[in-house]
Amino acid sequence: MTDDGAAVVAAVDAVAERIEAERDHLTRLDSAIGDADHGGNMARGWAEAADAARDLNDPDAETVAKTVGKTLMAEVGGAAGPLFGGSLVFAAGELDEGVTPETAVAFAETYLEKVEDRGDARVGDQTMVDALTPAVHTFKKSIEVDDVEPIEALAKAVDAAERGVAFTVPIRARKGRASYLGWRSVGHQDPGATSALIILEELLAVAAERLDVDVPETDAASPTIPDDDPEEASDDPAAASEDD
Amino acid sequence: MKKLINDPDDVVDEMLDGMTAAHPDRLRRLPDTQVLVRDDGPVEGKVGIVTGGGSGHEPTHAGYIGDGMLDGAAAGDVFSSPTADEFEELIGACDAGDGVLAVIKNYEGDVMNFETAIELAEMEGVEVESVVVDDDVAVEDSLYTSGRRGVCGTILVHKAAGAKAAQGADLSEVKRVAEKVVDNVGTMGTALTSCVTPEKGEPTFDLGDDEIELGIGIHGEPGTERTEAMPADAVTEELTDAVLDDLDLDEGQEVLTVVNGMGATPQMELFVVNRRLQELLGERSLETYDAWVGDYMTSLDMAGASITVCAVDDELKELFDAPADTPALTTT
Repeated sequence: MTDDGAAVVAAVDAVAERIEAERDHLTRLDSAIGDADHGGNMARGWAEAADAARDLNDPDAETVAKTVGKTLMAEVGGAAGPLFGGSLVFAAGELDEGVTPETAVAFAETYLEKVEDRGDARVGDQTMVDALTPAVHTFKKSIEVDDVEPIEALAKAVDAAERGVAFTVPIRARKGRASYLGWRSVGHQDPGATSALIILEELLAVAAERLDVDVPETDAASPTIPDDDPEEASDDPAAASEDD
Repeated sequence: MKKLINDPDDVVDEMLDGMTAAHPDRLRRLPDTQVLVRDDGPVEGKVGIVTGGGSGHEPTHAGYIGDGMLDGAAAGDVFSSPTADEFEELIGACDAGDGVLAVIKNYEGDVMNFETAIELAEMEGVEVESVVVDDDVAVEDSLYTSGRRGVCGTILVHKAAGAKAAQGADLSEVKRVAEKVVDNVGTMGTALTSCVTPEKGEPTFDLGDDEIELGIGIHGEPGTERTEAMPADAVTEELTDAVLDDLDLDEGQEVLTVVNGMGATPQMELFVVNRRLQELLGERSLETYDAWVGDYMTSLDMAGASITVCAVDDELKELFDAPADTPALTTT
């Protein structure tokens, strides 16, 4: 097994274990605004995905990601199957040359793009996009503009996702089943965004463990407000890369 | 609540095996899936027509597999979308090289799973187009909903698209007629009683003995209004007015109508509804080209009915009349 492949298998294992541990929590969140099946469906799907990943013979990262995506797609069902699993199947292709800072950014961007397209959701709709968008943007900027260590970039991304999840609470759902509640969706934390955060947290934990480093400290409570020239501060990190 | 089932977990699986056992010359189940396809498919030189959705709406969808209608259908669990991998297998099995049209009822899960499957199938080189059916006029398209629901009008899309494909039309032409139906059809239903899902075993929603729900969804979703029970003529007027107000047809327009039973309503009552429906069309100077009455798109054991009106032109009339030979619908 390639190192990258083994790392992804380990990450999937960790996610499956954590989702199972959070199952009741996710179900409670979903009961408030949906049909109370998110915890059970995700736990079943990730357990199957972890089994499928472990059964692969000497896989590379792309193969593991694709297998996990397909299994989630088949086992989770509902809207979460295509969103969490389908997006992974498509994004997996970005890892065809293994996991590097560059391919990880491409993977993250493709994943977010697929989730946005499939769910027709944008930031502020009270969905998993609210967790993923700040995470992916922060990861990209940290790698491409700030040039920090990948593990630190991932830690910042998790930190950003956490704030994204908090952001889902005071806003009104515009997509997904919660949107049927209209204004009554305000005040509820989105279960899909919560799952996305849980997955990112486990990716970070496994990455730190495999690199044998401590998870870098970030300060979720007080985002850094740049006090330099506003024009400079508002530079789009994407402008530093070739796309957009 | 009594049900003629074994285990709720096995209902869909056992139903599908029962369907293929009833129609071994027509239907074939893809191994390890809940997908049924034409036994003689894929048909060379013909665009494949596929659909699918949650179970509990029988004869929708697999009942419409056959000559002149569908090439295959994926069955989800009761009132749950099939998963994307099942849709992907369905699309692959129904492509003879001329492409596939996917007919999707407008529910979030169905749309997302089908779209994911379509993108995967396209990566495998299958040409796929899709139409989303959203004929239920009861639920307004607004920020509060994900648009209108797809209900009984879906059958007319299957019929027109299936007939066009059987004539040898290419994928874009087949899609065009499917969209023509979607653009010209409206439906609204009412429930006299709630459905009871095998899993839950008790009514999905509470409805008093003296109450009905207008604008009911085919999964028991709330409609527009809960009101006291009314005679058939009054209910028919409510439903028909809502559909016709939405369609806003010109006088003299020809229409095809469907009075659809929700599962537990006797044909007797459906014909009573149809009688008043046809009177109302006459009062509005609309001309009935054809009137279908029966159980087409059910909601398990819900009592109630829906009324569908589709404005037709020469092309749609020809397609609705064209031969179809399926377990649930035959035209000659």
